[in-house]
Amino acid sequence: MDYVIKTENLGKAYRIGHHRADRGRTFRDLLAHSSRSLVQRIRHPLSPNRENVQIENFWALSDINLELQPGERLGIIGRNGAGKSTLLKILSRITEPTTGRVRIRGRIASLLEVGTGFHPDLTGRENIFLNGAILGMTRRDIRINFDQIVAFAEIEKFLDTPVKRYSTGMYVRLAFAIAAHLEPDILIVDEVLAVGDAHFQKKCLGKMGEVGKAGRTIIFVSHNMGFIQQLTSKVMVIDQGKKVFQGNTAAGINLYLKESASQTATGIETHDPDFFINRITLAENRMEKGFNKPLLISADLSLNKSYSRISFGMGIHNTLGARIATAKFVAEKLEKGSRRLTIAIRDHHLPPGEYYLSLGIGRGGDIFRSDNIISFELSDNNVTDPLLLPYLSSQRDKIGAFLKADFEIDA
Amino acid sequence: MDEILIEPNRGIKKQWQEVWAYRELFFFLAWRDILVRYKQTIIGVGWSVLRPLMTMVILTIVFGKLAGLPSGEVPYPVLVFAAMLPWQFFSNTFTVGANSLISNRNMIAKIYFPRIILPTTAMVVNLVDFLISFAILVAMMFWYGIFPGWKIIILPFLLVLAALTSLGAGYWVSAMNVKYRDFRIVVPFIVQFGLYISPVGFSSAVVPDKWRLLYSVNPMVGVIDGFRWVLLGDSVGLYLPGFLLSIVLAGLLFALGLWFFNKTEREFADII
Repeated sequence: MDYVIKTENLGKAYRIGHHRADRGRTFRDLLAHSSRSLVQRIRHPLSPNRENVQIENFWALSDINLELQPGERLGIIGRNGAGKSTLLKILSRITEPTTGRVRIRGRIASLLEVGTGFHPDLTGRENIFLNGAILGMTRRDIRINFDQIVAFAEIEKFLDTPVKRYSTGMYVRLAFAIAAHLEPDILIVDEVLAVGDAHFQKKCLGKMGEVGKAGRTIIFVSHNMGFIQQLTSKVMVIDQGKKVFQGNTAAGINLYLKESASQTATGIETHDPDFFINRITLAENRMEKGFNKPLLISADLSLNKSYSRISFGMGIHNTLGARIATAKFVAEKLEKGSRRLTIAIRDHHLPPGEYYLSLGIGRGGDIFRSDNIISFELSDNNVTDPLLLPYLSSQRDKIGAFLKADFEIDA
Repeated sequence: MDEILIEPNRGIKKQWQEVWAYRELFFFLAWRDILVRYKQTIIGVGWSVLRPLMTMVILTIVFGKLAGLPSGEVPYPVLVFAAMLPWQFFSNTFTVGANSLISNRNMIAKIYFPRIILPTTAMVVNLVDFLISFAILVAMMFWYGIFPGWKIIILPFLLVLAALTSLGAGYWVSAMNVKYRDFRIVVPFIVQFGLYISPVGFSSAVVPDKWRLLYSVNPMVGVIDGFRWVLLGDSVGLYLPGFLLSIVLAGLLFALGLWFFNKTEREFADII
């Protein structure tokens, strides 16, 4: 077999302490603890050692089997705390697995955080050399790529300025530029594109795409399904430390989004303690779901104070996570107490398929914001046109809104 | 193609090859620490000259003038300065090395490299200071008209002995420091006491003969006595049993420090 990475039954357990077990943070605790248990031993020589009972293993990752061929690009998705970062740390040799093994063929470079090892007092030029060395480049590699790194990061003018005086954008650009010009066989990238503006993200994705085309293997973690979709051909979905899916990217994203959303969401907290969302749901009993049938969404709100000029923004996303429609509304006055918000969407032209709803409340979503609050499915049972039906159901994710347009052909 | 195998409780078999493979990082980190050291200071590298000179003046006044301790035929400032070379090399390497892991915590949590590089780098930086101080000593000896003989060729060996002592202690304490931050507080104490326990401000000839061997349990005693013996001419003797004991103990300290570091290294990223 021609693999570059192969893991067998990989698992990682952390010891978590309940209360007493988290001892030993200071040397005094350790001494005090040993003497206490010694005294206890002498007084009750036959009793079990009670102090150890409190320690418990927490499996951050278990039974991960994975095999990657050269040139493959794998995305890893999962909720926060699912074990994605732990897996990357094991593959990068930062931490040791508790069970199983990993075989790696080739030079591995990992970018788990932007700008690790940058020294604020050193200049941009000095940091390029230092950070390059930290990431595993030789001085020769760095010298060869130096001009490209500087051009990519767009910091020509500030090359001899200490990086502590850089803006956040410049800092991130420089850090990514160095890592992007590593030429490893395997590149591991954690969620680092989240920082930086849209222009920069696009540039980075382009660069990583190039790296992938050059036959390098990429492992990429992100919460942005658009990036995953664009960059990877396969995904692995992790939930609570276990692999729940591995295969085609679109199918994996679909599964992940589906698992993390349902048709009704209840008891949602917002950033504003006076604003509480009891329930958001699709008003199913009052409508017939289907292609271009009106959609009714209702939200029960509890407000501890009155709001004025408060905006609601709603987005509809397809199974790939791409936003395909947006609606917006500004309420002049919202009195305190229990309120029900109903959103009715007519003529949405959405073809049959599954969709996810995003919701933002307040200016720029400062009261509440979620990319994936509920999901719903539009059936195809009311598509009457026999020519349209097979097309709509096979192309669901690819066509966006299906417009009713008049096509005319003149002679 | 080379295959890397990651397994639980991996041995230290491949370690030395790995350290060699990361030698560039070792030099870059040393280069970083040297560059950063005197950034945004007015006197800059002048501190490397001033600090040992001021310490020498204080020690000479306290031990030579106020306490009136003997210095044999050697002028007191030279006696003190010859001892301060290895002592400052030891204390700075040890202090910086002991804190090197926690001050580079971020790198340890996010990047893989042989961790032993960090406490070792501290030595390289202090080697630069050592060379500067050595130049001052040469100037002083020239001023006082003291010329070392053939024994000067032993000097590199003594420097290695000081390096082994400081690295051994540095490895051990830096690894302990990852888990128990108490050592961050303990280290300055050790160094402060060490200055008075070791024969820096006085000649070890003032120690009664029957305590000489016990006194040499501190490996720095051997190193400092060695430095004076090599540099200050024929009037200064060497207490051989103590010197040999110091060599053995320095080697032992280094081996123990290295062993402990290797044993605990794989947990660093999880608990730092």
